[in-house]
Amino acid sequence: MISLQLPILQVVIPLLGAPVCALFRSSRSAWALSVALAWLSFGVAVALFQQSWFGGYVSYEIGGWPPPWGIEYRIDILNSFVLLLVSGMAAVVVPFAGRSIEAELQDDRIPLFYAALLLCYTGLLGITVTGDAFNVFVFLEISSLSTYAMIALGRDRRALTASYQYLIMGTIGATFILIGIGLMYVMTGTLNMADLAERLQQVNNTRTIRVAFGFLTVGICLKLALFPLHLWLPNAYTFAPSAVTAFLASTATKVAVYMLLRFFFTVFGAEFSFATMNLDLILMPLALVAIFSMSLVALYQDNVKRMLAYSSVAQIGYMILGISFGSINGLTAGILHLFNHGLMKGALFLALGALVLRTGSTQIQDLAGVGRRMPWTMGAFVIGGLSLIGVPLTVGFISKWYLVAAAIEAGYWPIAGLILLTSLMAVVYIWRVVEVAYFGVPLAEAPLASEAPLSMLLPIWVLVIANLYLGINTSLTVGAATMAAGQLMAGW
Amino acid sequence: MNFLGLFNYWLFIVLMMIGFYVVISSTNLVRKIIGLNIFQTSVFILYISMGKIDHGTAPILMDGDVVYSNPLPHVLILTAIVVGVATTSLGLALVVRIKEAYGTVDETEIHIQDPEF
Repeated sequence: MISLQLPILQVVIPLLGAPVCALFRSSRSAWALSVALAWLSFGVAVALFQQSWFGGYVSYEIGGWPPPWGIEYRIDILNSFVLLLVSGMAAVVVPFAGRSIEAELQDDRIPLFYAALLLCYTGLLGITVTGDAFNVFVFLEISSLSTYAMIALGRDRRALTASYQYLIMGTIGATFILIGIGLMYVMTGTLNMADLAERLQQVNNTRTIRVAFGFLTVGICLKLALFPLHLWLPNAYTFAPSAVTAFLASTATKVAVYMLLRFFFTVFGAEFSFATMNLDLILMPLALVAIFSMSLVALYQDNVKRMLAYSSVAQIGYMILGISFGSINGLTAGILHLFNHGLMKGALFLALGALVLRTGSTQIQDLAGVGRRMPWTMGAFVIGGLSLIGVPLTVGFISKWYLVAAAIEAGYWPIAGLILLTSLMAVVYIWRVVEVAYFGVPLAEAPLASEAPLSMLLPIWVLVIANLYLGINTSLTVGAATMAAGQLMAGW
Repeated sequence: MNFLGLFNYWLFIVLMMIGFYVVISSTNLVRKIIGLNIFQTSVFILYISMGKIDHGTAPILMDGDVVYSNPLPHVLILTAIVVGVATTSLGLALVVRIKEAYGTVDETEIHIQDPEF
């Protein structure tokens, strides 16, 4: 039965596609294969989501070796919700990449680019499906290594230094995670997450486990770019090719947040993480500083891509803030924002990619008057921006609503105020782009921009419509996030 | 706690700190990669040490009552070694490209050309 093999198919489909893409000479066929695989894998994710929608989990034993000895893939509602986001974004970004990458890369590198993209995609899916702690590290490195390569493909030479910077920081983060996993293995003799969760109870109060917890916290926070470990992110997002930025911004950091949830709630258990190790005392201040300072920095950026990158760091702060409340409602808000932020940042970066194709620049002043020339693209940017701000009828409103409610429930009135204040700051930085694009007078020597091609507009608008639809009909996202939060608080 | 019994673990910490220090303090991009490599290698020692059991032999089935070492950490670290090699080669490839683009592999000199770095 193929439906029993879905968890492994999720990872194997893009993994096998990658070397095939690398063998292609023609960029068109590499692109076509990638699109087909991305859609196929999205179908698998939807099927898995349906299976886990009614509670419980899907367990898959690789090679027929029963856990805890063999590697187990274990998918519950949280995994499949993240899988839905990651594969959904791939299904949208890969078709978009066709025109965008053709314009931004040399011809002979394009098939290799798709190979790297599929590998990165494999890694992200792998981290999400696996129930084995060491397997997480392996997939993390698969996705990271291919990400470094993709960032380095940017046109600007600063893409190289950005990629190098990320390589150094990312490797340190991944090695910290490796040390943490190793220390857990020393104490328990197991790598299976469910088994670890059980055995860690007996050795919880040893120094080794507390050190493992520390290493994992720092390592994962480096990967998810929590302030002040975010230094790699702005440069990497700014200089990577547009399609790569859109894909990474909406998936890579989200998967890292998922990793945080999985380790701290499932493996260590909410009680150990929050009552014994006081995780909230570390995460909450950092999240608040991230939200406020990065929104402030975003206000002063003249490069739209860099502005959105700083805004991403701030938005990650919202997710971590929700998680740091340590309550079901806070967790729901965090998971919800994880999904919704993927949708809105995806839409914004894709729209920006279309603007880059036509204007050749990401500087705000070069976008003058582009609103009249590219109404559909700018329209999508505006709706994505509204969603980022958190205007009602968009997904951004839903997750901020839950976040504010969770903050008030926990008695943190000033935090609720800060969330509203930083939303106003988002209004300002989005408005700076909108003002120039619609009311600015284009420079005389600026190239005449025409509307983006349909193959780019369609993916952008699919995301925009998702932003609107899931902002009105929230039963899918809120349902999944609530269920996932309940399961996380209860352990497996 | 006897110091010698934990010798490998002390070595792990010392190596890790040396590697980490080189990554942070060095301004030469190639040296940073070397530091990163030492940093990763220290973790290999951590994993390999934990598989060792007193008087344990190689895990090959033999007659009689034999104590085996735990082979799993060794197998795990093979994967991590491969990852380390891949990271090093990718990092060095980037340094080659950076040298072509900037004409230098020194962080401070690149910083003068591009303040973002």
